[in-house]
Amino acid sequence: MAKRSKVIEREEVVVRFSGDSGDGMQLTGSLFSFSSAIYGNDISTFPDFPAEIRAPQGTIGGVSGFQVHFGHSEVYTPGDNADVLVAMNPAALKANLEWLKPGATIVIDVDSFDDKNLAKAGYKSNDPIEEDNLSGYNIIKAPITAMTKNSLKDMGLDNKTILRSKNMYALGLVFWLFNRPLENTEKILREKFSKNPEVAEANIKVLEAGYNYGVIIQAGTPSYHISPADIRKGTYRNLNGNKAIAWGFLLAAEKSGLELFLGSYPITPATEILQELSARKDLGVKVFQAEDEIAGISTAIGASFAGDLAITTTSGPGLALKGEALGLAVMAELPLVVVNVQRGGPSTGLPTKTEQSDLMQALYGRNGESPLVVMAASSPVNCFDYAFYAAKVAIEHMTPVILLSDGFLANGTQPWRIPEEGEFPEIKPPFVEKPAEEWNVYERDPEKLNRYWALPGNPGYQHRIGGLEKDFLTGAVSYDHHNHDKMVKMRKEKVDRIADFIPPLEILGDEDADLLIVGWGGTFGHLYTALEALHDEGKKVALAHFSYISPLPRNSYEVLKKYSKIVVCELNLGQFASYLRSQFPDVVLHQYDKVEGLPFTVAELKDHFNKLLEE
Amino acid sequence: MAENTKQAFLQYKSDQNVRWCPGCGDHAILNALQKTMAELEVPNEDLAVISGIGCSSRLPYYMNTYGFHTIHGRASAMASGVKVANPKLQVWQITGDGDALAIGGNHFIHAIRRNIDLNVILFNNQIYGLTKGQYSPTSKRGFISKTSPFGTIEYPFRPGELTIGARGYFFARTIDKEIKLSVQVMKAAAKHKGTSIVEVLQNCVIYNNNTHQEITDKKYKDDRTIVLEHGKPMIFGKERNKGLMLDGITLKVVTIGDNGITEKDILVHDAHCEDPTIHLKLADMEYPDFPVALGVIRDAAAPVYDECAQQQIEEIKEKSKIKSFHDLVTTGDVWEVK
Repeated sequence: MAKRSKVIEREEVVVRFSGDSGDGMQLTGSLFSFSSAIYGNDISTFPDFPAEIRAPQGTIGGVSGFQVHFGHSEVYTPGDNADVLVAMNPAALKANLEWLKPGATIVIDVDSFDDKNLAKAGYKSNDPIEEDNLSGYNIIKAPITAMTKNSLKDMGLDNKTILRSKNMYALGLVFWLFNRPLENTEKILREKFSKNPEVAEANIKVLEAGYNYGVIIQAGTPSYHISPADIRKGTYRNLNGNKAIAWGFLLAAEKSGLELFLGSYPITPATEILQELSARKDLGVKVFQAEDEIAGISTAIGASFAGDLAITTTSGPGLALKGEALGLAVMAELPLVVVNVQRGGPSTGLPTKTEQSDLMQALYGRNGESPLVVMAASSPVNCFDYAFYAAKVAIEHMTPVILLSDGFLANGTQPWRIPEEGEFPEIKPPFVEKPAEEWNVYERDPEKLNRYWALPGNPGYQHRIGGLEKDFLTGAVSYDHHNHDKMVKMRKEKVDRIADFIPPLEILGDEDADLLIVGWGGTFGHLYTALEALHDEGKKVALAHFSYISPLPRNSYEVLKKYSKIVVCELNLGQFASYLRSQFPDVVLHQYDKVEGLPFTVAELKDHFNKLLEE
Repeated sequence: MAENTKQAFLQYKSDQNVRWCPGCGDHAILNALQKTMAELEVPNEDLAVISGIGCSSRLPYYMNTYGFHTIHGRASAMASGVKVANPKLQVWQITGDGDALAIGGNHFIHAIRRNIDLNVILFNNQIYGLTKGQYSPTSKRGFISKTSPFGTIEYPFRPGELTIGARGYFFARTIDKEIKLSVQVMKAAAKHKGTSIVEVLQNCVIYNNNTHQEITDKKYKDDRTIVLEHGKPMIFGKERNKGLMLDGITLKVVTIGDNGITEKDILVHDAHCEDPTIHLKLADMEYPDFPVALGVIRDAAAPVYDECAQQQIEEIKEKSKIKSFHDLVTTGDVWEVK
């Protein structure tokens, strides 16, 4: 290979692929991230697509993006702003200008920058570079469409198939920019299109053409080099949050000896969990695509009564519909996991965007005193861990659990180290062990306070449960006021005691920090990256990130009391801050809230924390 | 009742006191269900009785079986979950006209459409009893109730029509106090593979007393109802001289002996016929134009959801290379970090 004109050594880089929602940007981004992960970089990715499946072509509303952040050290977020933008049309350029680093490299398909597309994107002139004042950027004007057509002209393919390959040209060019080999991607393309080898070969041909274009233009273009990261040994694969949740439940089923049942109704951005488990009949998963959200949870409750590990998956509006049935699971004291992949609300809101605004709904969105467990995953890959532990808590404590994820975790990917044998504990369902004649339906484990599980099919243990208040021992219907008081408190105490079975709250960063950052759920990566950045600047900051919300870890108050300045950061108007205030009224909390349907940026967090530190 | 049959019948009673109003039709339906179970000799532990909300839905508490009194309207969905999770259980769903056809209408039709092996007993008293007397989705048009003081202005659902409209394969009708007939149709429902709907014309003695009186009263019952039996001609009436014939594409009531009509001209009931056209006409017959059809109106065979679900899992398990969680996570695009 000819000598590169200039190679820039970098710790980390953010690449954003952007085009029309039909341009195949999600696939392009996924292929690039996989290749980076195999190369040994740590990665974090985030797709950003419109709610419409195919929004009007060429418009800003129809722009679909995929951002990859990869580095020589660990990366925790998909990155705020891009070093490299691939813009397949003018709208993609316009929509992403806000998210570019100064001096970034921009690859554009000049063939799509015609008058029509420029007008659709809202450009007034035929020179977007001039109009948007992009002279400070390194712009690669590649004739992507023409070159794609040219390289496939002898293959006898139809025009549509040819045009669909142009994303591979862009990908090839980006591979050249980062000095990456093409072999892995070629292998994946051959596997992906194994039934259609012609298409595979066409894609590979275009991929190579894109790479070669880089070789030709290299004289004037710098390229980047990012060394592999120092990553824990093991076998890895890329995983997004939704798939991680599905797989966490599969392991929980195996570790508990129970069969897995999912009752669910498709809803963005949770649907992929339903799809993933529907494909897992080989592991015996029973998936019931219900007629609505209520039937989703109701079939799951029925399956739990019958003895399965029962789950239901949804997003905010769906959780609202499941409220009454959740109350039944609280009353019947049956194990159940409800996954809520949060999105922008209220109402239909922003279906494809991320938010953390269902916390109060998860905690309190039911009639009566109906305590249950609320947990939140904090990274795409630890969705796996929290799905597993949500199932473990639900089963061993005989309670419904709400597991909160969000659109950002659901679609973001990270390399996931495949757990080794023994890394996850056994799950022990509290089946009744006593002889039937000595057993009472609502008698409890003295330590955990769970009732015992008697499964239909077992002779002698026939019993009736339901949503009416239960006698504290026999489970028979009881309207006695003393009994009701006792049961209300018992159900709460049962959930509270789970605090003895969860890990304590950890403090990351400086123990003696001047500022404690508090977060929960999917914001971890951004908060932690901001903390590291401030630490590098010599500031004393710490992070307490909550994954167990109800009950809170036992040491929560102790941690919060240690710090004089605390800021709670969340993607809502302060729901977790309000919750903490209700639990610990004497703790003073600042808030940093954002409700734009987008994750935090590290930059805005840093700015805000610096201001707080100066106050 | 013979001593051993009585013993068998008692075996399905729970220790709870039955709390329906004296004279309520539910008592007889409970008796019929317990007798059905005794005659079928199903082990108690293999029975799951699932209900929603309403007077009828208290029934599981009175059965010595596994029972779940769930929430309003959701019994079909809960019962579907139970059956799919453990297809070995015989699952009975107890519901009323409000629970199944108003708040639970969606779950009701989808359970039927899927053809899950549930035995649904639908108590139809055309009124909301537990909330003390509001009209229901089966109340006759013009019905006066606490929420329709000037008469309703909406047509009722006909449960049989709804069942067949949702592609149902089993529909039967009985009367609460006709325990013998109820046991007969409940047994047929239990034996039928797939969703079986049994509509019981039930009398709410407090809020809608005698609503079915004009057809259920002993004095006229034989003339105003017809008990259908598969393979038998559709003959009814105190004198057993009336029958049903097809007139073009509609049914008509005829008198045997008139106009040279003989028993041979009378339609013969074919409950197993897959085509539901005649079943729908039979299910929709209303007094005074027609006798109301009782007995098993439709009992046809079709693929059963829970069986197919099991079968699909077995087939895929057999074929797939992925046999465990470990197989799954280590298959595909993985890489080593050393």
